[in-house]
Amino acid sequence: MNINAIIEGLPRFIDGVIITVTYAGGSLLIGFFMAIPVALMRSSRNRFFYWFSTGYVTFFRGTPLLAQLFLVYYGAGQFHHELDVIGLWDFFREPWFCAIFTLTLNTTAYTSEIWRGGLQAIPKAEIEAARACGLSDFQLLRHIMFPRALGIGWPAYTNEVVYQIQATSLVSVISVMDITGVARSIASRDFVYYEAFLFAAALYLLLVYGFIAFSRLVEKKLHRHLKDTTT
Amino acid sequence: MKNKFKYSVAILAIGFSANSYSQDLPDPLVIATEGAYPPFNYVDASGNVLGFEVDLARAMCEELKANCQFVTQDWDGIIPGLLARHYDAVVGSLYITDERKERIAFSEKYYQTPTRFVVMSDSDVEISDEGISRITIGTQRGTSFERMMRDEHPDADLRVYGSIDEAYQDLQSGRVDAVIDDVVSINENLLSQEHGGGYEMRGPEFSDPEWFGYGAGVGVHKDDKYIADAFSEAIRTIRENGTYERISNEWFGFDVYGEQ
Repeated sequence: MNINAIIEGLPRFIDGVIITVTYAGGSLLIGFFMAIPVALMRSSRNRFFYWFSTGYVTFFRGTPLLAQLFLVYYGAGQFHHELDVIGLWDFFREPWFCAIFTLTLNTTAYTSEIWRGGLQAIPKAEIEAARACGLSDFQLLRHIMFPRALGIGWPAYTNEVVYQIQATSLVSVISVMDITGVARSIASRDFVYYEAFLFAAALYLLLVYGFIAFSRLVEKKLHRHLKDTTT
Repeated sequence: MKNKFKYSVAILAIGFSANSYSQDLPDPLVIATEGAYPPFNYVDASGNVLGFEVDLARAMCEELKANCQFVTQDWDGIIPGLLARHYDAVVGSLYITDERKERIAFSEKYYQTPTRFVVMSDSDVEISDEGISRITIGTQRGTSFERMMRDEHPDADLRVYGSIDEAYQDLQSGRVDAVIDDVVSINENLLSQEHGGGYEMRGPEFSDPEWFGYGAGVGVHKDDKYIADAFSEAIRTIRENGTYERISNEWFGFDVYGEQ
């Protein structure tokens, strides 16, 4: 064990943790809300909305995130003249933008399916009861359906967050220095492959279990009306 | 049954004696290369491993009467793979540096070319201590180029990629202002390409042994020093009998061995 190389690399690892948390957190936050319209479109009777959202979800769930990252990053690089004309190159030239852009599209696709599943699992009677009370469509969604869908989908969403934290490790292939990028760099520099990746693994473990602990609290809050039956 | 058993014991005995008394080279002798660093080593469309180093390795194996097989391995795993004994030797532009010598053993060098920066011809990028700190620089992860940049210019905006080809793609799209690489690779991968017209090498040549070592050598596991020694012997032979010069001329039109 070569602990010194890790201690020397600690500032870089801390930068890596900040990158990983920002990229995972940023993409999850945007994706959480973007997934709602996608889920509604997926359950829509409007053909255009249905096929558009289904095509999007199918593509992003059916292809590897690694391939998506390469596609966006180097694909954009090849079309940089065209992107420049429409003013988007300033964004796509930045690795951070390409990374968060792709991660967001990816997590949105998965999260929309969780939302859709949650919405469809709400007992019909509850919706009818809400309507009987005279709630408008918007009030129904806002006060009854979304909170219920969130409660139903939360355990699945916790998994999605855990996967997403781990999925960010792929952004090092487009030159982003996240935890994995730092580990790869330090490992090859000082020949401390075992130590660097073990340390990186410990950092991911901390992040993941930190989130799971937080998620339990949220779950309790979401199911506070079921206090007696949940632990 | 009994005869068969005796027979296999005999074979085992022969095998053991051959290994313990004369240190024969492994059969097959598995050589790893990156396969993504043309013209030194690369993989063609049908999956054949080609390149200057591959031809050179074949010539050396012929000298050694060794049955060599090639495998490809991504660059940042190439030394770990050697330490884990997934293959017997690395012939892949692995520079002989003091840092690496602490971990693995090397043959003598078989080529040595300098390192430079390449930039867009019409850019005003200045390759100096101060100029470098103002620009974005791309190179391959885990290379001597990355090492030099991190040691000499820790504040520079350095982007590292899995293969050198990706660094060149980002130079062309304008994401990085300069790439640091071996001059022969710069020529092959950028300047001699169709789209390489608007680029030029700039600034001094770098060859400080602290990062670039003493040229590229055959890397082997520390316990296999005899394999490196055998390759050193083979390098000397092909230098003397003209095979080296012929192969070098075929690929580059000049002798890439560097100083004697």
